[in-house]
Formats: sequence, C-alpha cells, structure tokens
Amino acid sequence: MMYLAIVFLPLLAAAVAGLLPKITGHLGAQIITTSMLVVSAVLSLYAFYDVAYLGHEQTVDIARWFSIGAFEASWSLRIDTLTAVMLVVVTFVSCLVHIYSWGYMADDPHKSRFFAYLSLFTFAMLMLVTADNFMQIFFGWEGVGLSSYLLIGFWYKKPAANAAAIKAFVTNRIGDFGFALGIMAVFVIFGSLSFDTVFAGVEGKSDLMFQFLGLQVGAIELVAFLLFIGAMGKSAQFFLHVWLPDAMEGPTPVSALIHAATMVTAGVFLVVRCAPIFDAAPFTSGFITIIGALTAFFAATIGLVQNDIKRVIAYSTCSQLGYMFFAAGLGMYNVAMFHLFTHAFFKALLFLGAGSVIVGMHHEQDMRKMGGLWKKMPLTWVFMLAGTLALTGFGIPGTSFGFSGFFSKDAIIEGAWMAGDAGKSFGYLAFWVGVIAALMTSFYSWRVIFMTFHGKPNGDDHTFAHAKESPFSMMLPLTMLAAGAIFAGVVFKSDFVGSKSADFWRGSTVVEGHASAETKPHGPIETTAHVPAKTDAHASDETKHEAVKKADKSDGHHVPTWVLWSPFVAMSLGFVFAWWLYIRHAGLAQKWAEQSRFLHPFLYNKWYFDELYDFLLVKNIKRFGDWFWKIGDQKMIDGFGPNGFAAMTTAFARRAARLQTGFVYHYAFLMLIGLVGFTTWVIVRGVGGH
Amino acid sequence: MEIGLAHYMAVAAIIFTIGIFGIFVNRKNVVIILMSVELILLSVNINFVAFSYYLNDLAGQVFALFILTVAAAEAAVGLAILVVYFRNRGDISVDHINLMKG
Repeated sequence: MMYLAIVFLPLLAAAVAGLLPKITGHLGAQIITTSMLVVSAVLSLYAFYDVAYLGHEQTVDIARWFSIGAFEASWSLRIDTLTAVMLVVVTFVSCLVHIYSWGYMADDPHKSRFFAYLSLFTFAMLMLVTADNFMQIFFGWEGVGLSSYLLIGFWYKKPAANAAAIKAFVTNRIGDFGFALGIMAVFVIFGSLSFDTVFAGVEGKSDLMFQFLGLQVGAIELVAFLLFIGAMGKSAQFFLHVWLPDAMEGPTPVSALIHAATMVTAGVFLVVRCAPIFDAAPFTSGFITIIGALTAFFAATIGLVQNDIKRVIAYSTCSQLGYMFFAAGLGMYNVAMFHLFTHAFFKALLFLGAGSVIVGMHHEQDMRKMGGLWKKMPLTWVFMLAGTLALTGFGIPGTSFGFSGFFSKDAIIEGAWMAGDAGKSFGYLAFWVGVIAALMTSFYSWRVIFMTFHGKPNGDDHTFAHAKESPFSMMLPLTMLAAGAIFAGVVFKSDFVGSKSADFWRGSTVVEGHASAETKPHGPIETTAHVPAKTDAHASDETKHEAVKKADKSDGHHVPTWVLWSPFVAMSLGFVFAWWLYIRHAGLAQKWAEQSRFLHPFLYNKWYFDELYDFLLVKNIKRFGDWFWKIGDQKMIDGFGPNGFAAMTTAFARRAARLQTGFVYHYAFLMLIGLVGFTTWVIVRGVGGH
Repeated sequence: MEIGLAHYMAVAAIIFTIGIFGIFVNRKNVVIILMSVELILLSVNINFVAFSYYLNDLAGQVFALFILTVAAAEAAVGLAILVVYFRNRGDISVDHINLMKG
C-alpha cells in the first residue's frame, strides 16, 4: 500500500493538475502536486529504511498487463535496496524541485501545466525504477522520455526549445531502438521478461550463440550490448550525448531534476539492475568501460570552455555519467550506484544554484556577463561552493572527511586502478581517464564559481545593481540538497561500497564483480544465506583477489598511496589552474581563447559533433524524409488513395451533371429513346424473358 | 373499303408520332408541348375505344373517359404553371427554360 502511494500519488497529482487546471487554478495545481510529492518523498525515506536496513524486500503485484501466449507482462513493483535507493533519489529531488519551482516559475503563465509535467515525469521515473520486468521498465523509460520532451519544450514559443525537445526525443529514439531490440532478444532467449527469471537463467545461456547482422555472437553479449545502447541514449553517452546540452533550453528546475539527477541516470540504473547480465558479458562490459571513460573525458574537455553556466553543468553531468558507466563496466555496480546517489544531490544543487543565479541576473546565462555576485547572493554562493566541493570530490584521502563526491568519485577511480591491477581490460585506462577528467572537472567547476561569483562584475551595471538573493522557496531546496551534497557520502559510504555493502544491497545488484559462480547472486531477493558465504569465500580466497580489495578499499589497505592521492592532486591542480587563470591573471583565459586557432574552437564547438551529425546524418535523413513526405506520401499514397478517389468521384459527378441540361425536350427525347429501347427489348425477347 | 381496326390504329399511331415530335422538335413554345401531350393522350384514347369496340369490352371506353379527365386536369395544371411561370420570368420560350440544369 505504501509503495502504491509512493508511485501513484505523483500520477494522481499530474492528472488533477494537468486535466483539471480550470478547477484547481495555478495555486491549486502547485499545492496538489507539491504536497503529493512531499508525501511520496517521506514515504520513500521510510521505505528506504525499511528495505535497506530492515530487509523487508517485496514485490507488490498490481495487475496483469497482458499475456499473449508465453509473452506476459505484469504491473508490479519490485522493492529491493536498489529500488529503494532510487526511490529516495527520485522522490526527494523531485519534491525539492517542485518546491523550488514555486519561486523559479512564479511569473510563468502556464504554471499548472509545468507542475503537471513534473509530476508526470516523477511517476514515469518511479515506474521505471520499481519495474519488475523489462516491459514495465520500458514503459517507464518511454514515459520519462515523453515528459523530458514535454519539459524541454515547455517554453514552446522559443524555437530553440522546440528544436532541443525534438533533438532529445529523436536521439533517444536511437537508443530506445536498441533497448527494444534488447528486450526482444531477452524474450527470445529466456522466454520471459521477468527480471527474476531472466537473471536466474543467465548462467545456463552463457554458451548460447546468436546470429545477428551475419555475425555469430554470444547471446548474453548481444543482449547486454543492445540494452547498453538504450542506456547510452538515455544517459547521453558518447555518440548519443548530443541532446543533453541542448536540453538546457528547458526551465532550470527541469534541468536539475531530469537532466542531472534522475532521468539521465536511468541508463546507469538499467545497467546496475541488469548487473547479472552485464556481469556475464565481458566484451560488452569492456565496451561500456571505453564508452564511459571516453564520455567522462570528452564531456569534461568541452565543459572547460563553455560560457553558458547551464551548459558547463550539463557537460559536467555528461562527464559524471561517464564515470558511473565505466565503474559499472568494470563490475563495480554498487560504486556506480553510490556515485549516482551522491551525484543526484550535488548536481541538482549546482543546477538549482545556477537557476538562482539566473533568476538573480534576470535570466542571463552567459558567465562572461556575471562576476562579483558573491556579495549580492551570499547564500547562493555558499550553496554553489558546497556543490562544487562535492562535485570536484574535495576531501582528505584516508580519512572520513570529505564531501559526498569525494567518497563516490574516489571510490570509482581507486576501483578502476584495482580493476586494472587485477587484469581487467581497460581498468588502467579508466583510472587515468578518471584522474585526468577529475582535474578538468575541478577546473571547470571552479571556473564557474570564479566567473560567476568573483572578480569584477562584467555585465551591465543595471542588472548587477538589481541582482538579489532568490526567495525562500528557492533557498529551502538548496539547503536540503546542500546537506545531501555534504553528508550523503560520509553517511552512506560503508553501506553502499564499504564493509557493509553486501548486507546493504542484499543481492539487488552484483556487488562483487568477480564472485565465483555458485555465490553469484541471481535474484533480487536473495536469501541472506548467500551473503556470509560470499564474504567467507572471499576471505579464504587469494588476497590479491580484486573483490576483496574492493570491499576493503575504503580503508586504503591494498591501494598504493599515490593512487589514493591522485584524484586529490588532480583536483587541487584543477583548482590552482582555475584560480591562476580567472583570478590571478583575469583576462588571460580570454586572450588565450582568442589566440587559439585549433584547440579552443574545437572544444568550444563541442568537438564539432553537431556539425558532423548534421553533415552525415541529419541532412541526408531530412532529404530522405522529405522525399517520403512529398513523393511517397503526398504524391503516391494521397494521390492514389484518398485524394485520387475524391478527384475521380468529382470528375464523374461533373460528367453526370452535364446530362441534366434542364431542357424539357432533352428529357423527353431520352424518355422516348428509353421507351423505344424497352419496347424493342420486350418485342425481341418477349415478356418474361423466354 | 371498310374501315377496320388497322385504320384506327394507323391514325392513332400517326397522331402519337406527331405528338412525340411535337414535344422535342419544337423549340419555341411550351404551350405547344402541352398540346402535343394532349395529342399523345388522344391517340391512346383512339386505341382504347377501337379495341373496346372490337373486343366487345366496355372497360376500354371507361378507361378512355378516365384519360380524358386526366388530360383535362393536366392541361389545367400545365397552363396554370405556365401562367405563373410567365408572370415570374416574362418568357415561356422552351430554349430558355433550363433552370434544372445540373
């Protein structure tokens, strides 16, 4: 019952606010949606405690969706630790974003629509994270895609927003196509879409080969690969990342909720949820590692030079998602989840802080026109600092002092090194990319702070003079997110990735990457009997075994000190660079950018991905679509179909009408002809037709 | 020469043909059409009466009376329509009556 309330209250709120705006009015819609979300968030917190610490996993059956032969799909909520974590993230951030939107969207004439969309999104996301089978997860997957489209294009009078919404939707379609194929492949191989059945069956199918595109590939590899294509689209990974920066055309609360904290992490969630499949697919995992590392690096380089405050944070999101993916690709599913968890807090904090700045600057997003704002907006400044420290992973290695990003990101980087040490493919690569990206992360994050809050005011004096702190409704969510950004890491470290992780996850995902076959968790609700067996097996295993080190790595026993400190050094270097370029020698960066012929334009234009895609794909597909539209559809289908029939009927009718001359003698003549004809017929054939 | 059934029928046929041609060869006056219709009806009457006599069946003559009645009524209605039509359009030339043109 509680879980039903968590999931369906947002739907109810969306329905009321969206379908009955005349009755509720703007204020009513705001109150209904926000209060439902608050209830949902509070219940989620309790559910998190209940499931993760008291161990009350369960599956709530709602209804059967459809059943065609062996193809069955049901509506049911699968509540395990993984779901509970996502429930907290989604409802908590969504609830805060609802509150924040009271202030941010105060002047918007379509508030009830906005809040309805937000709640609808929350519902779809909750459906996604509570899914019990691939069909339901696909439902949620498409639902969040739809609401993302609606919210990016919320300001529908802005052409850029419409274009961005379409871009996001179409790019996601490519990923979803892969995802759909993956689901079909799952059904073909396992004969079921239920997670339990599929995960339990992975082992038995490891030798199964599959014919795909003329290649002989392992069935599990193929499934994993196709599912990952879906994840790439949703989580804006390299090649399919192009929509995420453009999605910043939407209102800032949307960027915070959908394009930072929740929806874009759905891909990571999918990989973590399907960990048993990915764990059995080493090649695909390697591919995930490469794509993740590439994204982490590439997005960070672009983030270095962007001037739009939201775009920098968007690329940062993209980059952090890359971290999560290479962590998952290296088998550290729980670490990926941990980073997802902390990232949701500090990235939402950064976005909402940026939104506060944007409101304060009267909807100015260009950082070159900001500066010196810290005196005007001290609270926002403090919150942004907290978010930045969390994002850059500030903390002292080896101690429990640090912001949330410190624990999760360093866990990923160290884990990558250990994976490399254990001979896992691309482990070292991921480690180095992680460190370099951490340096860049630190640089661009501090660049945002310095350009926005420090230095001389660069905008016009009027705007600066009128810049002021945002209202309470916007500060309250920031406060709570800042608390999350600061403390989420230290509080939950041992549960998510530390010594208590096996107890915490309880088999809802694969915690030890290389658990031996008989101890590998299969179901979501694994009997606790497996857990001690697992740890025992590892304790007695050779000490070099990576899994053990992973479990212990928070203590730093098996990791060389330099590895431990490398993210810290990278972070400090990034900070120093940013300080040197933007505070010490303010203006120098500008000069370098102008002098640079190749590197700066290359980065500023996002590696020319948009241009490349435009040249290779978009233009041709547009031409192709144009042909289908004008020749195929208009000329052929419409021409021979409805329009053709209409034209024929008209022509025939016109001819028939011409018979009606209106002259009496014509009619009389025709009557006579008819009479003569009829008489002739009767005379020749005889009456009765003998 | 004895006048027989064939003669009556010949006369009737001739009158009928004149009536038919009167309808669609005439391009001038609607009144002529009405007159032609009368001719056609009369030719039919001649046939009825002739057969009635030769077959010794009075039904034919009764029918002829009916037809006369109908013809009178038709002429009256037709002329009435013509009068009204003329009043409205000031012209009853057949060539100009084509309001029913499709």
